[in-house]
Amino acid sequence: MAAPTRTQWRKAGARTGHFGILAAFVGFLAFPFYWMLITTFKETRDLLNPDNNPFLFNDPPTLEHLRVLFFDTLYVQWLINTTIVGVLVVGITLLLAIPAGYALARITGVWGQQLGIGIFLTYLVPPTILFIPFSRVISLLNLQDTIWSLVLVYPSFTVPFCTWLMMGFFKAIPRDLEESAMVDGCSRLEAFVRIVVPISIAGILTVVIFSFTLVTQEFVYALTFITSSRELTVSVGVPTFLVRGDVYFWGSLMAACFIASVPTAILYNLFVDRFIAGFTMGAIK
Amino acid sequence: MTSITASTAPTSLWHRLTRLGDREQVLAWLMLSPAVLFIVVLVGTPFLLALFYSLSNVTVGSTEMAFVGLSNFEAITANPTFWRSLGNTFLFTFVSQALVVVLAKVLAMALMKDFRGKWLVRLLVILPWVAPISLGSIGWLWIFDSIYSVLNWGLHQMGWLDPEARLFWLGREDLAMGSIITVHVWRMLPLATIILLAGLSAIPADLHDAAAIDGARFWRHLFQINLPLVMPIMLVAVLFGMVFTFTDMIVIFILTRGGPYDSTQMLASLAYFTGIDGGDLAEGAAISLFLFPLLVVVAVVMLSVAKRSEVT
Amino acid sequence: MAIVETRNITKRFGNVPAVDGVDLATREGEFLVFLGPSGCGKTTLLRMIAGLEAPSGGEVLIGGRVVNDLPPRDRNIAMVFQSYALYPHMTVFNNIAFPLKAHRMPKAEIPGKVSWAAGLFGIGHLLDRKPRELSGGERQRVALARAVVREPQVFLLDEPLSNLDAKLRASAREELQQFQRRIATTTIYVTHDQIEAMGLGDRVVVLNQGKVHQVGSPQEVYNDPADTFVAGFLGSPPMNLIERDGYILGFRPEHLLPAEARTGEADAVSFAFRTTRVENLGADRLVYGDLEHAGPPAHVVSRLPSTVPLPVAVGEQHQFIVGRGDLRFFAKDTGQRTAPQPL
Repeated sequence: MAAPTRTQWRKAGARTGHFGILAAFVGFLAFPFYWMLITTFKETRDLLNPDNNPFLFNDPPTLEHLRVLFFDTLYVQWLINTTIVGVLVVGITLLLAIPAGYALARITGVWGQQLGIGIFLTYLVPPTILFIPFSRVISLLNLQDTIWSLVLVYPSFTVPFCTWLMMGFFKAIPRDLEESAMVDGCSRLEAFVRIVVPISIAGILTVVIFSFTLVTQEFVYALTFITSSRELTVSVGVPTFLVRGDVYFWGSLMAACFIASVPTAILYNLFVDRFIAGFTMGAIK
Repeated sequence: MTSITASTAPTSLWHRLTRLGDREQVLAWLMLSPAVLFIVVLVGTPFLLALFYSLSNVTVGSTEMAFVGLSNFEAITANPTFWRSLGNTFLFTFVSQALVVVLAKVLAMALMKDFRGKWLVRLLVILPWVAPISLGSIGWLWIFDSIYSVLNWGLHQMGWLDPEARLFWLGREDLAMGSIITVHVWRMLPLATIILLAGLSAIPADLHDAAAIDGARFWRHLFQINLPLVMPIMLVAVLFGMVFTFTDMIVIFILTRGGPYDSTQMLASLAYFTGIDGGDLAEGAAISLFLFPLLVVVAVVMLSVAKRSEVT
Repeated sequence: MAIVETRNITKRFGNVPAVDGVDLATREGEFLVFLGPSGCGKTTLLRMIAGLEAPSGGEVLIGGRVVNDLPPRDRNIAMVFQSYALYPHMTVFNNIAFPLKAHRMPKAEIPGKVSWAAGLFGIGHLLDRKPRELSGGERQRVALARAVVREPQVFLLDEPLSNLDAKLRASAREELQQFQRRIATTTIYVTHDQIEAMGLGDRVVVLNQGKVHQVGSPQEVYNDPADTFVAGFLGSPPMNLIERDGYILGFRPEHLLPAEARTGEADAVSFAFRTTRVENLGADRLVYGDLEHAGPPAHVVSRLPSTVPLPVAVGEQHQFIVGRGDLRFFAKDTGQRTAPQPL
């Protein structure tokens, strides 16, 4: 075989460089989760021995931390709370965002674009401005310390963005389909319900995943409105209640973090492309 | 003249509703108003309330609410902690955003090519963004732990750190800011990368071919073709990132609580500690309102980008 | 010396050969057209010559040198894309100047070159505009100016007229041909439109499924097709092909005429033709019908100029003849052209 040409050298070099860059980034981004995973299964005395190589299992792996997490703490309750809030908030969001997104994509005219951008911009008003007045409002409504406070408030940040996303998805559906249905005998509303919505299932699922993720991530409102441990969501419960005084139960803590992060990420990954498509479609006339 | 008569007059509720569904203006308003109403009530009202609280003496304990003019703002601006927090917030935001933009561009370009296992790489890359922020931060808390930090262990092994010495990643003022920035860059990188990837994919393949034929090598191609065409969407990614970073308090809350000695205190966390922990809602509200000007600037810039990008 | 040459060049995508062993050589200064249906490999072939695709096998030579390992920028070529590929964020001036800057031309010389190129196409007044402000025809000229400005050895054009509307296309075609004659640079032009190919090319390369079927002047490929594919691809309507006595007989619609139109010709073949349909296209009429002959039923077309009267109505039968010199014979199994057969 002949010696490699200069082009082949260059190509091999580029491939190695490409691989190296990817490895570095993936390492940086995924390392904390890998670390969570390992820590979950290591004996506490292994973890707390500064002379041990932390990459090795110096004592055999253990399921003790998982046991403690699931049976001795309120973790499961927090997971349940988070799921309940998630499902309800997603439901409310869909009910509000789907019709609004459709209206903005189709029926309204030039000022529809402006309104769409306006709605989108409210997403940028951060919880860290609104949480203080909200805390007062919530206590006035007697929703203090319940998950209902979250069900009420969370749509305030899911609805704007999801309306924008749905607007993008609906814009991508050709008007011809609905017009054909209307000629066949449907009113616009019927055409919407019977034709457009079923076709947009993929987009709707994306909105569902995205809102659910936003709900599981939320921290500030949950921290502000809820104080008793039984009512907390995972996002707040873990940092505030898995630390007893100054002692960090690292094993269980890391287990808690890993379990609540990775499954959602896998689900999210399946929909990221559509998410971007809807997001950018909303910006095109 | 023949007329096409409709079927017998509609009687059922569904039928009447669908007839209503033919009047498009009405339908539009019906479909829009729940969402718009909800947003106005749940975003607009609290915002106005925040303005109002900042001018009052509201506290967590009492139900009293009296107008006190600008005294909250006077108290804030007289407090050096506030100025420290303001400075920190700007430093934190701009440094982390600058890092995110550059790193996201590199990563997005690396992800443009197809390769085996790309779906797995993408999953790993978006993990920091999807995972709840508080939980990811706790992971970093363990990594940064002053005694058991894997980073310290690694530095010991490589001989760059004295075996007896420890780096207090979250305990020393300069290191703490660096650690916070690292965690925030870690968290924002996935979103910026994905947005940039979308922007890069939108460049027609022909343009790259034409540039190759015209003679552009790597750097010229990058700076004269690639970057200018990706600029609008990069701007969107940067603006998003700036808003999330500027208004964030979670990372600080988990990692440093604003310490050591307020060296990592940000506006948002200060607002929380003052308003909720400290009970002084009015002053907390006043602090949080200083976040607003930046948001206005961002909104204006976004609108002008949206206007200018309606060109192909 | 041939400016562009390919030797047994192949390109495989997976197991499918998009280009399957093509040997070509251009003649200096000629306008060579790659013609074929979509998917025949003509664009892939062009891209391999440009260096945008690497061949799976074989060699590409430009100016006598093997350029397989050379990137596009070093091949001294220029290309015009179907979409024009103008840089949307740059003015017309900068679009045209870009190749010069990339090749490190001294800054002082650039404006002169750009106005020269712009002048060739009459777009000097558009230099400050951006592509989105231009019409389709103007954008096409900017793309051409950008290609010309470096004075390359070869021009490669990938269906550059297909995005123009029909009226504009004809005048653009004429301008393109005049321009090419003036600068006399070897040009390779890819199209699926056989009218464009016939009108523009000095020679036409007819491709299908990655293989070359014939290379020749427009007259050659039209009058003397090498096989049934070429015969069927060129000409609108295509050559009539009927099966007869174990071989395939071909004749063009304009050669199938009513018996009265060709009187006194001894050497002609006569057919019984039953008309099924007549299309009146203005200058011509297309008469569709069935030939009754010794062989499988054949549906053929006759093209009659409007100056020749049509002696038969729809549904009726009439004698139509073809001059023996206008007959073409093809082998039944391979489709290849054969010597004339006895009738």
